[in-house]
Amino acid sequence: MKTIADLLPEIPLFEGLAAEHLELLAGCGHNVVAEPGEYLFREGRTANDFFALRHGAVGIEISVPAREPIVVQTLHPGDVAGWSWIFPAQPWSFSGRAVERTRAISFDGACLRGKCEEDHELGYELMRRVAIVMAERLRFTRMQLLDVYGRGAAA
Amino acid sequence: MVAARQPEPAAAAGAAEAMLPRRFRVLANRQENEDTFTLELEGVDEPGPFGFEPGQFNMLYAFGAGEVPISISGDPAAPGPLVHTVRAVGAATRAICAARPGEVLGVRGPYGSSWPVAGGSLDALVVAGGVGLAPLRPALYSLLARGPEGGRLMLLYGGRSPDQLLFGAELERWRQREDIDLQVTVDAAGPGWTGAVGVVPALVDRVEIDPARTVALVCGPEVMIGFTVAALAERGLPPGAIHVSMERNMKCAVGRCGHCQLGPEFVCRDGAVFPYERVRRLFGLREV
Repeated sequence: MKTIADLLPEIPLFEGLAAEHLELLAGCGHNVVAEPGEYLFREGRTANDFFALRHGAVGIEISVPAREPIVVQTLHPGDVAGWSWIFPAQPWSFSGRAVERTRAISFDGACLRGKCEEDHELGYELMRRVAIVMAERLRFTRMQLLDVYGRGAAA
Repeated sequence: MVAARQPEPAAAAGAAEAMLPRRFRVLANRQENEDTFTLELEGVDEPGPFGFEPGQFNMLYAFGAGEVPISISGDPAAPGPLVHTVRAVGAATRAICAARPGEVLGVRGPYGSSWPVAGGSLDALVVAGGVGLAPLRPALYSLLARGPEGGRLMLLYGGRSPDQLLFGAELERWRQREDIDLQVTVDAAGPGWTGAVGVVPALVDRVEIDPARTVALVCGPEVMIGFTVAALAERGLPPGAIHVSMERNMKCAVGRCGHCQLGPEFVCRDGAVFPYERVRRLFGLREV
């Protein structure tokens, strides 16, 4: 049976990390399973966790008053969800709901912050990698905002 | 004083001929989504198959409303009617989309360059955004017809929302086939949508690409093309392996009026399908 440390290199965010850093991170993680429709995290609640998807798909939703929630992104195996854990006591900005049966590694945010404080090399490397993910999400979010397929847009 | 040179009579006749539409009768008009329609047309004076290459376009003329360049969206190998998929965005396209069976439209063409679909065993990665799937559909038909000796075929298709996706029944049929890897995404959706949500360039990371034996065909809004080309480059695909459709300002379709001239290129005559290498300098330029 694979341990969390065995599973981490399968997630692109952790690819190439030193073995000792993987061991440190693995100490903060545990496996979770979400059935279709089940929430992994909810908008507004304190973001204590950070998720790395191994199987399945998770829809990132935002609530809209008097309407159904809007799904703004779907995460797939290898993707990670959440960076609010970087700062203590931050709420989730979005909800994450399993679209299909989903297996993920859930990391305790306080534990991760503690490891990053103790080992700044690990902290820098993890923050650098999370920043790349954030930059890519921002880039694609800007494209969504452009509404390139909207009425009046050329195609 | 030098007298203005008069065009040769034969050349003048050829120019006039090039601008003369042929009459085509609407056989069917199917609504694809709220503003996009697929029309089947048959020649009034010359019935029979309409020969074209995947990626070519016709000038469609709604009499009294105007003429617009529209890519052919049917199967180049099928003997059936001429098929166009049109989005109603202006006076001419609204009139074309409103044409009922039996009504007559003008057609000039086919014009322009074509998608490189004769590449035999190369893998083909087709990336479409919005109504950009329509100009790529003839290429998909040709690629699907390659048979077992053909390379892998991947289609990444992105739309605004689930109800805006084109060719829904056909996408479902392709999803069942083993010879095409189809991935569809939308920019936003309600919780009932179980497919992917996100922009189509993000799907590029989710397919296996062998840069040495892959050709990419990309069509959609230019912003989407730009993001997609960047994603393909990150995966190691050389610019020479990427082909894009650039449909700017086409008016006469025969390289005479100059409306679509972008430096040395006339989009209507030299495109609308271009090797990306040839037009990369134009991306991000508002005007030349």
